[in-house]
Amino acid sequence: MLDGRHGDATRSALQFQLSVGEFFKAEDFVPIRTAHLASDPESLRDAGAAYLEEMVSKDARFRVPTTTNAGTVDFAKSDLIGQREVWPRRARRILDSLDSMGAHLCNTCVNYQTIDQPLFGEHLAWGDTGTVIWANSVGGARSNFEAGPAALAAGLTGRVPRYGYHLPQQRLATVRVHVDAKLHGRAAWGALGCLIGRELNDYWTVPCIVGEALRPSPDELKSFGASLASYGSVAMFHMVGVTPEARTEAEAFGGIEPARDLSFTSDEIEKLYREFVPESDHADLVVFTAPQLSIMEIGELSRLFVGKSLHPDTRTLITTSSISAAESRRLGYSNTLESTGVIILEGVCFYVMAPHELAEDFGYRTLVTDSAKLANIIAGYGYNPVFRPTSVCVEAAITGQIPW
Amino acid sequence: MSKTPERPPDTVLTGPAGVGPPVAGPALVSQHGFSARYDLDRENGFFSREAHDLHGQSFLHRILVFPTAKGGIATSWMLQEMASRDKAPLGLIFGVTNPVMVQGAVLAELPLMHRLDPPPHQTIHTGDWLEMDPAAGAIKIWRASTD
Repeated sequence: MLDGRHGDATRSALQFQLSVGEFFKAEDFVPIRTAHLASDPESLRDAGAAYLEEMVSKDARFRVPTTTNAGTVDFAKSDLIGQREVWPRRARRILDSLDSMGAHLCNTCVNYQTIDQPLFGEHLAWGDTGTVIWANSVGGARSNFEAGPAALAAGLTGRVPRYGYHLPQQRLATVRVHVDAKLHGRAAWGALGCLIGRELNDYWTVPCIVGEALRPSPDELKSFGASLASYGSVAMFHMVGVTPEARTEAEAFGGIEPARDLSFTSDEIEKLYREFVPESDHADLVVFTAPQLSIMEIGELSRLFVGKSLHPDTRTLITTSSISAAESRRLGYSNTLESTGVIILEGVCFYVMAPHELAEDFGYRTLVTDSAKLANIIAGYGYNPVFRPTSVCVEAAITGQIPW
Repeated sequence: MSKTPERPPDTVLTGPAGVGPPVAGPALVSQHGFSARYDLDRENGFFSREAHDLHGQSFLHRILVFPTAKGGIATSWMLQEMASRDKAPLGLIFGVTNPVMVQGAVLAELPLMHRLDPPPHQTIHTGDWLEMDPAAGAIKIWRASTD
């Protein structure tokens, strides 16, 4: 590939990977089954779009199946939510380039729930940290955080430098986390991910979660992992009796003595909600997102919202994948939700929708969400995030008030 | 300081080879983590996250020093995009970094180093003059204040 026989795009992709691999002292490369590529226009803007077009002009073609992560624009509803018109244009440029390279334009951050199951022991090059932590922890597959340019390169070469979470030794637990709490719902599990993540705050640390009452649903694990990755930049966790490399605590640690022991109870989770202090009683926005909602989560919201109507001065958004959106329409959930005024957006995630401009253009400031991950990220975009359990978010959407 | 002093450096940090070209400039040091998505106003070149210890400060024409990388994957595209507008920091130094920062630095051709001895975020002070030599794994420090 380095001699250019496979084209300039593949050569430059491999050169890029060699630089990264040398930095992390990778000894060789490992073939991957799929790449998952974050390519939202909010990150790429014109420079990234031009970079992709340059790759297309060098005949770039993906050698392994490559899926795309949640984007900035739902083309059918961009006007409705008032995005500036530059974003559909940028999104189209980027998607056209990736389409011509042969990507599957799935635009989802829950590819593992709808598109591509990570399998035990296989190597992947996934981006979006929520997808990586799921693949490593729940699937037992092997991936580092492959940010957009890196997943692009991996899709083109079909391999990645072998370091980090591709190596068995890196996958062993290093910190033990005792959890004495019965957790229910995406917010509570996201809160636990936040508490652990901000305590660890290190890509190379692997927590092992231990607790008798831990029996999460897949959606709850999704929320936990995405939050842990967001607050801690953590790429893998074990949960004893739940995840496949932790049938026992001894298996998870593999003979390593825990460097630290942490413990959390229900009290700390309740206190965490209270750390997010509303500046105003009024909710400008209520957002269910990050990660995109599954069909079961949308179904749950439709049951909570049925027969209600939204407060006219509070905008309420759900983001999901196109697949779950289609199923939600077929099952009548969309109709229930949309008849109350909820807007369901597909193929996007709120924090990549140029939220700073939405704040400027519509005066949004106080944002209520049951996503711990969104509450973390959105603080950098000029918002006052208020992280609350799902039922409180629903109440805020209906009354316009934040009850606590 | 606006250029490398004539005198020898006060301290030299050493470690593994980094990525990117050599660079010199003033340090801006944080005790928090770093993510371009979570922390920056990329249009205007300053730290926008209110809870960040560098909130309100410009990162332009500075070498940034953090104990750790944080957050997600967006920083890599963002570094390239900021560099294309001459709105990227001069370089990045971490206690320990993650792959996202390295992938972004390689694409943007920004210097990045980590795992230096002694730990850079404990050694370097805001305003110190730095020379980063990623290939040699060395950072020379001239103190802003010799107190």
